[in-house]
Amino acid sequence: MAIFRDYDSSGGRDRSAEDRRRHRQLVEDSIKKNIGNIIAEESIIGKSKDKIIKIPIRGLREYQFIFGKNRPGVVPGTGDEKRGDRYEGAAGSEGQGTGEGAGTAEGEDYYEIDITLEDLVEYLFEDLELPHMERKKFSYIETEKTNKRWGIQRKGIPPRLSKKRSMQERIKRKKMVERSYREMDVEIDNERFPFSEEDLRYHRIKEELRPQSNAVVMCLMDNSGSMYQDKKYLARSFFFLLYQFVKYRYVNVELVFINHTTTAQEVNEDEFFHRSESGGTFISSAYEKALEIIQERYSPEVWNIYAFHCSDGDNWQADTPKAIIKANELCSQCNLFGYGEIRLTGRYYQSSVTILDKFKTSITADNFIAVSIGSKEDIWPAFKQLLTVTDKE
Amino acid sequence: MLEYTIADLEYYNHIIEEAADKFGLDCYPQEFEICNYEDMLSYEAYSGMPSRYPHWSFGKAWERKKTFYRYNLIGLPYEMVINSDPCLAYLMKENTLALQVLTIAHVYGHNDFFKNNRLFKNGTRAEYAPEMFKSHANRISDYIADPSIGYARVERILDAAHALRFQVYRISNEKHLSPDESKKILMDKYYQSELNESPLIKDKKGEGVPDWDKVPLQPEEDILLFLLRYARLSEWEKDIINIVRSEAQYFIPQMETKIMNEGWASFWHYKILNHLNLPQSMHLEFIKRHNQVIASHPGTLNPYHLGFKLFSKLERESEDSRRIFDIREQERDVSFLRRYLDEELCRELNLFEFQKDNDDYVISEISDEPGWKRVRDTLIMNVGLNGIPIIKVKEIGSENNLVLDHEWDGRELLEEYAHHTLKYIARLWGHKVRLRIHGALKVLVSDGD
Repeated sequence: MAIFRDYDSSGGRDRSAEDRRRHRQLVEDSIKKNIGNIIAEESIIGKSKDKIIKIPIRGLREYQFIFGKNRPGVVPGTGDEKRGDRYEGAAGSEGQGTGEGAGTAEGEDYYEIDITLEDLVEYLFEDLELPHMERKKFSYIETEKTNKRWGIQRKGIPPRLSKKRSMQERIKRKKMVERSYREMDVEIDNERFPFSEEDLRYHRIKEELRPQSNAVVMCLMDNSGSMYQDKKYLARSFFFLLYQFVKYRYVNVELVFINHTTTAQEVNEDEFFHRSESGGTFISSAYEKALEIIQERYSPEVWNIYAFHCSDGDNWQADTPKAIIKANELCSQCNLFGYGEIRLTGRYYQSSVTILDKFKTSITADNFIAVSIGSKEDIWPAFKQLLTVTDKE
Repeated sequence: MLEYTIADLEYYNHIIEEAADKFGLDCYPQEFEICNYEDMLSYEAYSGMPSRYPHWSFGKAWERKKTFYRYNLIGLPYEMVINSDPCLAYLMKENTLALQVLTIAHVYGHNDFFKNNRLFKNGTRAEYAPEMFKSHANRISDYIADPSIGYARVERILDAAHALRFQVYRISNEKHLSPDESKKILMDKYYQSELNESPLIKDKKGEGVPDWDKVPLQPEEDILLFLLRYARLSEWEKDIINIVRSEAQYFIPQMETKIMNEGWASFWHYKILNHLNLPQSMHLEFIKRHNQVIASHPGTLNPYHLGFKLFSKLERESEDSRRIFDIREQERDVSFLRRYLDEELCRELNLFEFQKDNDDYVISEISDEPGWKRVRDTLIMNVGLNGIPIIKVKEIGSENNLVLDHEWDGRELLEEYAHHTLKYIARLWGHKVRLRIHGALKVLVSDGD
């Protein structure tokens, strides 16, 4: 006769918790290693930081010798199969492996993990070993006052009255009075025992100034006719990273978007990425606009300024000397000024000498960097390159 | 609220046991544990063992199953049975009574199979199974707790050993010779033939005396065994490899008999429950569940279905009712299919073969008169250990580089996986490792991590 055991008693234990934690940790490590690819995914660009995104993660692979896809398989069909017909269902027919997870097939190990964009950015920057960023002299401007309760005091203003402590004081006083009355054998007058001035207690408030640091990210982009949507997409990924990065370092981060063709204008984020205009390119116009905005609203005395410009490098020849002058000027105002040239490899006509080369030779400021981006795989390396630039004091 | 009591289960178990006995099943004493969803998930992740050593792959298995259940990609199993004496089975608490009854009958089928199939009988020691896993878990935990070893180093060895654990001898039950024994046999053979040959022929061959000290003397299929013998490993590392190896040995009979084992259990739950004269409502549910279990879906091979069909057919066609018992004792999936999967059944199941053709898959063979044998043979190539490539240690080359060969049968290795697996061999071997693949047309090299 078989034995039956009701195993309800096991409710509390979570046997696999530790092994899951370890697996999860290894998966996270692998996310970090592949973060460049994840960040370039279109789906996460432009989402808010609290947004929970689901990244399909391959469970950590358990490598062993297995056959590739060229091995033939056998499955049941409907009976209508004919030799030589295309077979559509093959993807799902893997896994004739049996027992003990012994994969004889590669197995689809995808599962989803939930992660906030913020966490993702944490991962991103955690392992970068960022150079210590110099803060602006006034980067901690103390803007915000917080009122924090800090004990109890006898004097104060009515709004800070602590009812509880005042009540306690009153009870103490009452007990004292009662005791002394008893000792003096005086009959106790039970009727009233009003609060007296000396019962009252007030919260002590400490005024605190919270340091706040300010930064502005200036996104400059060429939206002339030759900046096709796919180039803008790459630029956008790059701006996204830059913004996340600056946000990671500073409490208060503002964004400025400047579009330019031959003239420049400040626009909002949506226009920035979606507006397209025909016409030529005067890069200098964007730099002038940026300098103007800095002067008006973001004094370098108080603000950490990160400016980045994306273009396909196809500048009007005559404008280039001016652009170089203005770029140098921007370098003197910004913590970092970067130029990213989007060159889709071998897809469109590119002028042989682009402004990237000119910038590289004519701008020597330490806080300038010029990078070239050809595909989404380049974004993360280019971004890392950007971070090697010494921040200007 | 459960719709049954333990007493109900005991009642049905009793009549099932009687029926099983009457039909001639020969079982270990049976123990059932009624467990909830979480426990079942955990048992599944740890292959049913009450204790197992810690490793992230079990955590992964858990996450994966949980994900699958959540998205209803696969249903939770109704039961799990482990090969132990007494036989241990887990029943899902949430099952209906009819499902529990079906499951109990199914469990006795597995139980009989574990006790009598030759692979289990000779290859595993059912009476010690849970204790073995427990002792392995304890030893590994001790190494982890040992400050001179620790988690990370234990994990490194476990990862490597896991990757290689199914690279084993394909012919089980053949006595495994030690290097000295096989050397003696080879030497005897060599010098015996030497005596019988005429000097003329010998000259023609022009071969020198074989190098009797070559390691390995003959290509070695059991990679972990080779490493245990010849790699420079510390005692604790060897112990971990031994642990992984012996657990793999325990599971291999299950891999080798998946179709038979599930088929046998399904065959018996069907037979026993039909015999019991269940109340009609229960019987209807039982038929419904049974049909789900053995359902065949185009595009996926269901071992329950194939095994059930085969045993049902064999029973129908056998004059001696003990014949199917002999078959369950003697065969493994490979021989079972080779002997008993015939044209009629291939046709009935509409089995067909498909192959990759550039980026597409095409139907390359169907179960008609000229084609069914190839369909059957391809199926055989995909079951049990046949689905795992054979890699042999060929020799220790210069600078202690290990040379391995992939025994090529036209099926290519997945190179990315091979490359990573090679890293693990290099990790344990301590020197470079080369693997010749695709008929030695290509060589993968790894010097570890």
